[in-house]
Amino acid sequence: MSWIDIGHIEDVPVRGARLLKTSVGCIAVFRTAEAEVFAASNTCPHKKGPLVEGIVHGQKVTCPLHNWVFDLNTGEAQGADEGRIDTYPVRLDGDRILIDGEAVGQRSAA
Amino acid sequence: MTQKLVIIGAGMASGRVIEHLVENAPGAYDITLFNAEPRGNYNRIMLSPVLSGEKTYDEIVTHDDTFYADNNVTCRFGEKVLKIDRQLKVVEGENGHVPYDKLIFGTGSDPFMIPLPGHDLDGVIAYRDLEDTERMMSLGPDNKCVVIGGGLLGLEAAAGMAARGVDVTVVHIMGHLMERQLDEAAAYLLKKSLESKGISICLKANSKEILGKDGKVKALLLDDGTELPCDLLVMAVGIRPAVALAKEAGLAVGRGIHVDDQMLTSDENVFAVGECVEHDGAIFGLVAPLYDQAKVLAQTLMGETAAFKQKVLSTKLKVTGCDLFSAGDFADGDGREDIVFRDPSRGIYKRLVIENDKLIGAVMYGDTADGNWFFDLIKSGDSIEEMRETLIFGPAYQGGAAVDPLSAVAALPLDAEICGCNGICKGTIVDAIAGGAEDLGAVRVTTKASGSCGTCTGLVEQLLQVTLGDDFQMPAAQSICGCTDLSHEDVRRLIKSQELKSQAAVWQELGWTTPNGCHVCRPAVNFYLLADWPLEYQDDPQSRFVNERKHANIQKDGTFSVVPRMWGGITNPRELRAIADAADKYNVPTVKVTGGQRIDLLGVKSEDLPHIWADLNKAGLVSGHAYSKGLRTVKTCVGTDHCRFGTQDSTGLGIKLEKILWGSWTPHKVKLGVSGCPRNCAEATCKDIGVICVDSGYQIGIAGAAGMDVKETELLCQVPTEEECIEVIVAVTQAYRENAKYLDRIYKWVGKVGLDWVKETIVDDLENCKALVARFELSQSIYRKDPWAEHAQEKAHSYAPLADLTPLAAE
Repeated sequence: MSWIDIGHIEDVPVRGARLLKTSVGCIAVFRTAEAEVFAASNTCPHKKGPLVEGIVHGQKVTCPLHNWVFDLNTGEAQGADEGRIDTYPVRLDGDRILIDGEAVGQRSAA
Repeated sequence: MTQKLVIIGAGMASGRVIEHLVENAPGAYDITLFNAEPRGNYNRIMLSPVLSGEKTYDEIVTHDDTFYADNNVTCRFGEKVLKIDRQLKVVEGENGHVPYDKLIFGTGSDPFMIPLPGHDLDGVIAYRDLEDTERMMSLGPDNKCVVIGGGLLGLEAAAGMAARGVDVTVVHIMGHLMERQLDEAAAYLLKKSLESKGISICLKANSKEILGKDGKVKALLLDDGTELPCDLLVMAVGIRPAVALAKEAGLAVGRGIHVDDQMLTSDENVFAVGECVEHDGAIFGLVAPLYDQAKVLAQTLMGETAAFKQKVLSTKLKVTGCDLFSAGDFADGDGREDIVFRDPSRGIYKRLVIENDKLIGAVMYGDTADGNWFFDLIKSGDSIEEMRETLIFGPAYQGGAAVDPLSAVAALPLDAEICGCNGICKGTIVDAIAGGAEDLGAVRVTTKASGSCGTCTGLVEQLLQVTLGDDFQMPAAQSICGCTDLSHEDVRRLIKSQELKSQAAVWQELGWTTPNGCHVCRPAVNFYLLADWPLEYQDDPQSRFVNERKHANIQKDGTFSVVPRMWGGITNPRELRAIADAADKYNVPTVKVTGGQRIDLLGVKSEDLPHIWADLNKAGLVSGHAYSKGLRTVKTCVGTDHCRFGTQDSTGLGIKLEKILWGSWTPHKVKLGVSGCPRNCAEATCKDIGVICVDSGYQIGIAGAAGMDVKETELLCQVPTEEECIEVIVAVTQAYRENAKYLDRIYKWVGKVGLDWVKETIVDDLENCKALVARFELSQSIYRKDPWAEHAQEKAHSYAPLADLTPLAAE
């Protein structure tokens, strides 16, 4: 893995998200109520709603368009809805948010 | 090959060793058991219930003659061991020698007798064996007894004798009872409880001399000169390991007989177990470690690998009516924190001591049901961080159990006000129910309770349930969402009554089952908190739907629409130019005139939002809140300014209303209309609040709808002046904010509370009307502002991507 620094933890609101543009598409970087971050595809498989705009609760996010709920650990849609969003390895190094460069289509940072 | 095993002392520990051996390795050892007492193993710790009369001696015998016979244990009871020859491996008893291959010391302990003058008088005893117990049991109601020692044993002795009617005084040298197991608060409760059983307790009391007459005890003299007369004096100040025999045999002895982790003494063929041993500097007086030792010793004798480890201990006092539990370490110290629970009326005290997120000590008095659970937590050393908030309430609350509203209602006094609108007390409602009002409707008709704003409906239903029991079928109140069983009405009421001022407080106090709610409850709770506590509570954007967080309406493609406010539908060329310029600059694909008399710019990208707002702000345009659960528009006609039919300045009133109401959050969106005459060009009669101007003043209608439902407004009142019109509308808006369920439009809310209630509380009650207006103004001191300006200036960066890793940007 090649970890890429994408920002400071405080750049993402608590129980909120920010957008990350990558060559594999737009990724939403989520922060829960804890010191905890997740990264997943920004696009809801239902009607392409932007998940970065959703309400984050527990380790889940609700799509703003039609209230589909996704588990940020697995990317699986919850409840009766069926679908999945891609998730990406992301971690905290102190206050910095690092994402796996390879997973988001980044060539090794030369 | 059968080996000869000799055991000296038939106590609880050696009894357990024999059990293990005969169960797991029958025939491996030929056992001889010496005991100075003329009997075998009994449960010594149950002597207290024998003393108090709750048990008989027969009930506490652990091994009877049959047991010894069945397992070929040779019993030498009532025979003292005189000496041990370790060279010859022989035990010398009063009635002859017994050779051994392995020897076990289970000699136990001797009670410590303070060498006070007079300690050898007749009637001065310890509390150790059945003989002592029988001596105490022989006392009758006319007798007096003094117990020296306010520890576990002394108090059990005192309570046992007090139960037999003996006049007992406990003399304790320390400042509080059981100081090794209890803290002061628990000891205070214990003292109170013992005193209520008729036991006198002298603390900080130094014994000086035991006074006698004719060789028999007569009184205890304290060093302050107090003389406590007694027929029997029990010394229960502690025990000492019985080591004389071991010492004489030349074994290594300190305070007790030295043993290693396998209970082996300094002689490879001699073991020791129980209260006579010293292991790693410690001696033992409670039963749990003795049993552990017995098991280790038995395993060692059977050739298995086992090691004794010292563990945290717990204590329970065996005195009926004194429920007491203590475990672990509960001394104060740096880095240690306490969680304390007190219920003085029920005499309950619980204290937990926490260090590094682990439970290290627990003291409980009055309710010790959870003692073992806490003890397990102490022993396991598991982190209690997660359940810290509810830890003290025990295991039953660790599933996040919700508050039980029924018991809370049952506990209310009869004069507690249930229905605030109508001033109805619990007693009135209970009487009505007793008089035959057995459902909600009947209670409403007879008492008016819950017939107005309706927020106490849940309470009234709970009262019905408490009063009628199973005869009342509770209507299934719909909970907000899966995070709670409480309804919107319950939560609103509890936020007010319990003064919950943060979301975390709501989740905690109302027993939310999720860590921080969900997309359904969070916006509702956020609204309720800011509506009830405008100054204390800070709005949480993360608990809002994206539209209210970004102050723009999200569209199906993820772009946003931007609608600047046009006060009362009035604009000018400068504003229109600014809108046109913005539409050009940000490539707005669609420009639409809305039904609310303003212009909608559709298709703006998220990252452009702060910039287009900044441009619009420069022309004096502010957010139109076209996205919010709040005031949307005030639609007007041109009124007296231009229209030949206009009766009042409807445009002017519309602008005034919009300038007063804008920015306020409401349970759902609020749309107003002001028409200058009954021709109603502003369509005011299908708005949430609509005004029809007439020659004599202003007709105010509320609860119209033109959405999923279509409904004409209902006339609330007619007022002669513009000021009164504005005042009534502000008061209605505030009443709606304070009472309605989140996502109920005004017409739904009025459908629940009734137009009559709105009339009574707002139109007829001038004082209340003014109070509502004042509370609205207080809230508006925070919220009457342009969010676009604030976001454009301070939060613009948050609308841009966190980072851009696409190759284009990298180049």
